Amino acid sequence: MSNELIDFTLVSVALLAIGIYGLSVKRNAIRMLFAVEIIINAANLNMVAFGRFLPHSGGQTLALFSIAIAAAEVAVGLSLIIVAYRMYNNIDIADFRSLKG
Amino acid sequence: MADAAFLALSVITIGSAIAALELRSLIYGSIALMGTPGGVAGFFLLLDSPFVAMFQIAVYVGSIAVLILFTVMLVKRELIFKKVEDRRRKFAGIGLMLVFMLSLGAVIMDSGIKTITTDEPAVDFRDIGADFLTYYWPALILMGLILAGSVIGALILARREDITDEQRAN
Repeated sequence: MSNELIDFTLVSVALLAIGIYGLSVKRNAIRMLFAVEIIINAANLNMVAFGRFLPHSGGQTLALFSIAIAAAEVAVGLSLIIVAYRMYNNIDIADFRSLKG
Repeated sequence: MADAAFLALSVITIGSAIAALELRSLIYGSIALMGTPGGVAGFFLLLDSPFVAMFQIAVYVGSIAVLILFTVMLVKRELIFKKVEDRRRKFAGIGLMLVFMLSLGAVIMDSGIKTITTDEPAVDFRDIGADFLTYYWPALILMGLILAGSVIGALILARREDITDEQRAN
């Protein structure tokens, strides 16, 4: 195998940093969901990479679980965004003030 | 050293992640988001785990991206193109990203995983199936229940009670 573990890990770090940038800068709720997706992908990449280099089947198994849970998270998150959009007529998270103390 | 396929995949993955966050239109952004899971699926193929790669393509590129695309289409047109962010916050975010990337990258480069290589054969996907049905079976059932619960919850959340049946017919 010509690719080393560190290459995959560095790509994963880059994806994680981009996701953190999106979560901290964007105020659009859908874009924040994009950022969460990017972070989850970085985590999955790390799990499969470490599972390949150990080698152990646990990494792939955990990645499969993680992908399935991410699908559930997106379904609930998008429906929450739709409900909030109906209530506030906007998807800017600065407008979602009902829970603000 | 990384080969050409790896470099191409990393350009696709990271580039589409940046494009998804920075493109002006949310629709183009959500189409660009398909590139990130697709690129990660390519990495999974490079890591000799084709089963996870196919699962990733089916779930992310097949369903999640389409779900996001339809949600974006439900939103008003001017909100799709509106970009609200102040510049100071953006520069602070870019600084945070660079600091995070460099510090974590330095920690990883300095750690012992730089020397890890493997010549052992890849894990067979039959082992994953056996794992799922033996050691992980309670987790598998729990995951199915969580998926069913989340889909039902999403449907209940997104339902509109203010529309009567006569309005629905029109």
